[in-house]
Amino acid sequence: MTLPNEDLLQIYEYMLLTRAVDDRIDLLFKQGKIEGVSFSSLGHEAIAVGAAWALGPDDVVAPLHRDLGAYLVRGITPRQVLAQFLGRRTALSRGRDGNTHGMGDLNLGILGYVSPLPDQLPLTLGAAMAFWVRQEPRVALAFFGDGSSSEGAAHETLNLASVLKAPAVFICENNQFAYSTPTKKQFAIENLADRAAGYGIPGVVVDGNDVLAVYDVVHKAVERARRGEGPTLIEAKTMRMRGHAAHDDAFYVPQELLAAWREKDPIRRFEAALRQQGLLSDELAEEIASRVAAAVDDATTFAEKSPFPEGREALEGVFCDV
Amino acid sequence: MEVTYLEAIHQALEEEMHRDERVFLLGEDIGVYGGAFKVTQGLLETFGPRRVIDTPMCEIAIVGSAIGSAMMGMRPVAEIQFADFMACAFDQIVNVAGTSFYRWRAAVPIVIRAPSGGGVRAGPFHSQNPEAWFCHAPGLRVVVPATAYDAKGLLKSAIRDPNPVIFLENKYLYRRIKEDIPTDDYVVPFGQAAVRRKGSDLSLLAYGAMVHEALAAAEVLEQEGIDAEVLDLRTLVPLDEETVLASARKTGKVVITHEASRTAGFGAELAALIAERAFDYLDGPVLRVTAPDTPVPYSPPLEDFFRPDAAKIAEAARRLAAY
Ligand SMILES: Cc1ncc(C[n+]2csc(CCOP(=O)(O)OP(=O)(O)O)c2C)c(N)n1
Ligand SMILES: [Mg+2]
Repeated sequence: MTLPNEDLLQIYEYMLLTRAVDDRIDLLFKQGKIEGVSFSSLGHEAIAVGAAWALGPDDVVAPLHRDLGAYLVRGITPRQVLAQFLGRRTALSRGRDGNTHGMGDLNLGILGYVSPLPDQLPLTLGAAMAFWVRQEPRVALAFFGDGSSSEGAAHETLNLASVLKAPAVFICENNQFAYSTPTKKQFAIENLADRAAGYGIPGVVVDGNDVLAVYDVVHKAVERARRGEGPTLIEAKTMRMRGHAAHDDAFYVPQELLAAWREKDPIRRFEAALRQQGLLSDELAEEIASRVAAAVDDATTFAEKSPFPEGREALEGVFCDV
Repeated sequence: MEVTYLEAIHQALEEEMHRDERVFLLGEDIGVYGGAFKVTQGLLETFGPRRVIDTPMCEIAIVGSAIGSAMMGMRPVAEIQFADFMACAFDQIVNVAGTSFYRWRAAVPIVIRAPSGGGVRAGPFHSQNPEAWFCHAPGLRVVVPATAYDAKGLLKSAIRDPNPVIFLENKYLYRRIKEDIPTDDYVVPFGQAAVRRKGSDLSLLAYGAMVHEALAAAEVLEQEGIDAEVLDLRTLVPLDEETVLASARKTGKVVITHEASRTAGFGAELAALIAERAFDYLDGPVLRVTAPDTPVPYSPPLEDFFRPDAAKIAEAARRLAAY
């Protein structure tokens, strides 16, 4: 499936925006403006943007802490993202939750991220189940990590989704580490996608640093699910390019491994391809870069000027009253 | 030797592993990384990978396998990276660990250590205080140390105890408090509350990080002529009922504080105990200073509003003293 040139350039711009927002988050953390922890999506831009691009407007996605790109593609603004990280009232969680946690918006088809991993998997299956019960041509897509794949919730979800032939797609972002734990201590198989056989569903490995390959594989899985043929397990291989969170210097990650993956940087690769095809000139690249920079500066100003919530607001909204 | 609360816990683990070769550790990121808070740093190097086991992410299997190994004569100490994620292993803790001895006399000498508590801007899933969940489940001991001395001595007791022990470390205290502790072996027995400050006008009952807030409140109250007694419960199951009742009977006025949310929190149990057995001595209502019934919010103004502190405790104490 070849995407129109216009889409390719938009994908490129979203990848750049993802990285620019991520860099700004890193800076704000270092400036002491983000309290607690802060997670980075560096290196995951192709997976998050490519997968989100494959969804239709009525589909639903459950992104995690490495999937900033998916939030942005689905319509969460950089302003909302930075307000969330700064704990402001203007954030989607109004200061109740921090960083990408709790950054959800059902109007945009985004399920807010829950910290116990991978609780998003059964949740996503539930969304797919609603579509299945009502026989709507909609699909739900969940991300989870190589580490999260070891939890019982992952197994239960994949099995039930398979039995129901639920319209769901599960993308495991294998970024080589779960906190400090390397994949060889997480599971004793080479490809997590091989587990799909045990559930009787297709399993596909994809290069997670090739945005069009990710798009392609996810698009096929989404359309398969939409046709009522059931879920797919996709394993996107990539590398976590910063520590687990901002406090972690990742001393346990071999420098050579990082260096090798830096060569496969998903944005530089895609940019080179676009230039080779004559789709991206220097002028256009500059125009896009300055648009991205302006968006991030605007978001920073907005977030920093946004008020903190008042203490008493903590009491509001434990129960739904609408 | 002056050590932090965190170092005291580390020492207890290390010394118990030297003392008893049945003791081993398992959990996520505890070996090479030394634990999310570095409590187990260096233990992999000392004891090797069969006694310090880095597991995949799998709370159910961590707790369940700890239970099974205990039935085979081991003394496992499982770390759950954050107390909030004990919920993921709830079934193993409550249904398996808590009932096995009662049902078929299979003892379960395990310790589940987990960092709990807030005040560190960690949001709803890295700040919870789940002690009441486990106090309500029969068969589990629940330990909530407030000082470095106790953290070490209670953890040693926990490891030597023949029952499943939920050991809730308070992450706010990890590196914030320091004290001189003995270098020779000692234990702090379960079921003995400590009177941290003697007083005659009213009693402040606390545990974990709130002990320090209660002591700070007592200082302020003293300036105002109110003489507060501060009790540190140390263990909730077993509870030192006699020390609690003696203090309530002496002062006739009790303020209970905990970091966990209010409804059906451990404060309710304490209030019921005092109502049942010290009613005749009371000069005022038993008050609770707790977090409200909401998840733990992230943003600083929200969390500051949420979390009990010395000022909130002193305010309640003043109201009660005026009775
Ligand atoms: C049930 C549960 N246990 C432990 C944690 C603590 N924790 C947060 S992220 C993480 C590692 C996640 O690894 P992975 O799933 O590979 O995702 P990655 O961060 O590498 O993208 C851990 C152990 C958690 N969030 N939930
Ligand atoms: Mg990972």
